[in-house]
Amino acid sequence: MTITKATTHVTQNEALVFERSQTGRRGYRLPALDVDETPIDELLPAELRRDDDLEGVPELSEPDVVRHFTRISTWNYNIDLGLYPLGSCTMKYNSRLNEKVARIPGFAGLHPLAPAEDAQGALQVMYELQQHLAEITGLPGISLQPAAGAHGELTGVMMIRAALDARDGTTSDEAKRRKVMLIPDSAHGTNPASAHLSGFTVKTIRSTSEGLTDLEHLRELCAGGDVAGLMLTNPNTCGIFERNIKEICSVIHEAGGLVYMDGANMNALVGVARPGDMGVDVIHLNLHKTFSTPHGGGGPGSGPCCCTTELEPFLPVPSVVKAEDGSYKFDSDRPQSIGRVKAFYGNFGMHLRALAYILTHGNDGLREATEAAVLNARYIAEGLADTFDRPFDSPPMHECLFTDKRQTRKGVHTLDIAKRLIDYGFHPMTIYFPLIVQGAMLIEPTESVGRAELQQFVDAMKEIAREAQEDAQTVLDAPHTTRVGRLDEAAAARKPVLRWRPAEKAAGA
Amino acid sequence: MLHGLGLGSAEELFDSLPADVLLKRPLDTPAALAESELLELFEAMAAKNAAARRPSFLGAGAYSHYAPTIIDSLIQRSEFFTAYTPYQPEISQGTLQAIFEFQTLVCQLTGMDVANASMYDGSTAMAEAVLMAERVTKRSRVLVSAAVHPEYLQVAETYVAHAGIELGRLEVDETSGRTSLDAAALEKDVAAVVVQSPNFYGCVEDLKAFAEQVHATGALLVVVVTEAASFGLLRSPGACGADIVVAEGQSFGVPVSFGGPYVGLFATREKYARQIPGRLAGVAYDKEGRRGFVLTLATREQHIRREKATSNICTNEGLIALAATIYMTALGRRGLQEVAEQCAQKAAYARRQIGALEGFSLPYSAPVFNEFVVRAPSEAEGLLRRLAESHHVTGGLALSRYSAERPNDFLVCVTETNKRADIDALVAGLKQS
Amino acid sequence: MANVPEGLFYSKDHEWLRVEGETGTVGITDHAQNSLGDVVYVELPKTGETFAAHDTFGSVESVKAVSELFLPVAGEITEVNESLSDEPEKVNTDPYGDGWMLRVKLSNRGEVDSLLSAAEYEDYIGSLE
Repeated sequence: MTITKATTHVTQNEALVFERSQTGRRGYRLPALDVDETPIDELLPAELRRDDDLEGVPELSEPDVVRHFTRISTWNYNIDLGLYPLGSCTMKYNSRLNEKVARIPGFAGLHPLAPAEDAQGALQVMYELQQHLAEITGLPGISLQPAAGAHGELTGVMMIRAALDARDGTTSDEAKRRKVMLIPDSAHGTNPASAHLSGFTVKTIRSTSEGLTDLEHLRELCAGGDVAGLMLTNPNTCGIFERNIKEICSVIHEAGGLVYMDGANMNALVGVARPGDMGVDVIHLNLHKTFSTPHGGGGPGSGPCCCTTELEPFLPVPSVVKAEDGSYKFDSDRPQSIGRVKAFYGNFGMHLRALAYILTHGNDGLREATEAAVLNARYIAEGLADTFDRPFDSPPMHECLFTDKRQTRKGVHTLDIAKRLIDYGFHPMTIYFPLIVQGAMLIEPTESVGRAELQQFVDAMKEIAREAQEDAQTVLDAPHTTRVGRLDEAAAARKPVLRWRPAEKAAGA
Repeated sequence: MLHGLGLGSAEELFDSLPADVLLKRPLDTPAALAESELLELFEAMAAKNAAARRPSFLGAGAYSHYAPTIIDSLIQRSEFFTAYTPYQPEISQGTLQAIFEFQTLVCQLTGMDVANASMYDGSTAMAEAVLMAERVTKRSRVLVSAAVHPEYLQVAETYVAHAGIELGRLEVDETSGRTSLDAAALEKDVAAVVVQSPNFYGCVEDLKAFAEQVHATGALLVVVVTEAASFGLLRSPGACGADIVVAEGQSFGVPVSFGGPYVGLFATREKYARQIPGRLAGVAYDKEGRRGFVLTLATREQHIRREKATSNICTNEGLIALAATIYMTALGRRGLQEVAEQCAQKAAYARRQIGALEGFSLPYSAPVFNEFVVRAPSEAEGLLRRLAESHHVTGGLALSRYSAERPNDFLVCVTETNKRADIDALVAGLKQS
Repeated sequence: MANVPEGLFYSKDHEWLRVEGETGTVGITDHAQNSLGDVVYVELPKTGETFAAHDTFGSVESVKAVSELFLPVAGEITEVNESLSDEPEKVNTDPYGDGWMLRVKLSNRGEVDSLLSAAEYEDYIGSLE
């Protein structure tokens, strides 16, 4: 059966705001100017003023604006609609209560440069969040400044650079040689990019056939004497806990390096195990993953950095400390700090939400969430074990990994399976990541889904596998139920159109 | 479920972890709170933020503008705030189209050709612009105006520490308050000149003159804007010849929220599109010719190019970029201009009144938008503290926070939200304090 | 099965070289374009630049991958295929014809001998599968 698209459907055909614009429409009203007006030329000479009258900027009424954004919003899948099993993204429920907390006027309306004595509540929020994150990670030094995971990574590896420079100096031959950051081949692309920005040379560590870091290869690489550190995700991006983590850390430490852990997968560990107890020196957390702050269509995130006491002097400035009188203040007195990584103090609105998450769950609830997240991944792993190829046998933690190996015989690939899953009402899993696994499908259900829906997902995947055998074309042409079909990304990249232009100008562009 | 999986207890889920890394005690964090208890707790902490309840003339990188109600109501739609990066375009068209609209609006306001899907904030956007200038010109010296926001400069220093880029400094002319650019500073190996306008002291820079001199040496002009409301009135950096424009977009309907989350704007010329950091949405069509949007030119990014990527950025500020998009759309062509004009008018009024006070002076002569430096007869930090206590108004930012050589200077910012009565109260307070 | 025309020289990096007098024409092989998928962008050097053998001279991008391009022989670039900036898809549709990338003035004719013949390259890509 083919589904015919209605061509006149107002919601399905919502245009761009620029195309909806009608001269003279307004969606706002300002109070009348209540001061004596200064002639405009006295305010600013003409040559400093705009001369284009903001041509092209849209003019819409308020209902038009609301309809526009409401209509286009309906083209999005979202967590509140159902399972969003993107591996390594931890798409868990985003509590409405946390949204309310972040909007309390005493927080939302507080200027970052307000004197600290008049911002004690905000400082207290940051301080308490720091304390809780230190307890959860087992790493006492915290900076809440990084704005996202990759930003936290950058902060962490820069701290490693600063700590090594402080220890070894920067002039000796040995210090100059110590530039190698080891990164497993399964790592997220932000790891090598962050290492490169921090002045490191990246060397790749192989994974074993079990999907773990190859210890032999690690030792070999460490023998060179040039290793500054290791960036490791744990559980790794194959969803497997690096059971040799302590040994890995000591190999690096003995080689004179430091260990950075990418905390993207902390949702598998909260309340169960702590990076600080594994020998990790510095870690970033993704508050927008593990601590449920909303992903917002791609941010804002928040990527606090947690480290050992030894690395604490190198954290970004300022940090929040508690004075003897019980008041809170910013501490910028850290001469060895890597400096500032962001203006002001980080994504404070996310700090509020994360603290609210920790406090509404309580210590028991945090561990229960971890258990449920792992249990749910196990359920899917078990449910799909006979249908899809599993590249590694190790038991999965909070996410499980499959491939398209069995389906490719009929010409059906991971991308097709993902697209067909949309027709069954689910957001697809993470696909083609980690890169070391051909046709990878990484599934992370999180704790925010019940057994019935997990089973529906398993059933949908099995049904797609059956279709791949019996009616491959249906899978290859998917999705069939969305507003647009598969988009021609190659054509889009060859002749990129990255902004709207008025029709007459667009023709010549 | 446990038993169905052949597990006896929840502990067995973690059998793959060695015993010596397991936490064998409960976390030492508080017990769970009910919704009502949690709200009470946070309300109590919020009540300690006295500054949030006072009329305020603080700016310096975070600005209080009125945000129409529809912004918050729209960004709280599940479809926007509980979605993620649009990895699957067929079910993310709402986010993708909004990004495309954001990119276009940013281009229109900055006067540039290409804008990305957003950066963390203005400060990191500036640091990324410095890195990009080095990539484009293959030169390693970047001159930064001393009138760039001090925290932005600190961020850039952190970012370039290991990138082989040397940051030089352009001094501020102490009469005009504008950045001085002497030809001698512009040697051949300069990759870029970074200048903020309106600058940290509120002065509008002569960007056109900068562009001519900078381009003559083959360097790029990077323009930083911390007060995005100024786009409604000031000549766009693009029209003045900028090569990269970075801005803090917080002014567009985003609460000051103690410093974040905000949104960084990043725009450049067409010819540098492949050097831009971060995500880009572009037009694409499906087999039946229906228009949609995809993330494109992804080969610049870390997930493909890894250590050779244009940036390590992954998550950006999607929802805040959406808030800014709704703000720019709701205010629209006329509203953006009207807000900017009201800011400038009210600032001019406040500046006149304060400048006329005995003992107070306005040290800089250059035109301003909505911020200006005031030189007080006494130490500014104490003066502002007394003002807050006695007159219940936050009068501005003591510049001693960033430079000890400016004990008596403070920065006053006026927006359309500051009522005349508040300005008059500020003036009266300064007179008495 | 990938097309491997006779009469060209091949490198293990999947570039081909056609020699006419002192000039070599360079592109990527059918096997290479096929593994890359839809080519969306080709970054090429400027004429007049000189390279040693095996130097990176540019890159080729598909939607989700980027590969560096290596010059099989040393020399000075005399011409680049400007039309690829508008129609990079020619690399897919005609890798040995319209999809050529650049011409190089060979600095050492002898280097050509170290490259693979069509038969050798065919064996080589066979061994990769």
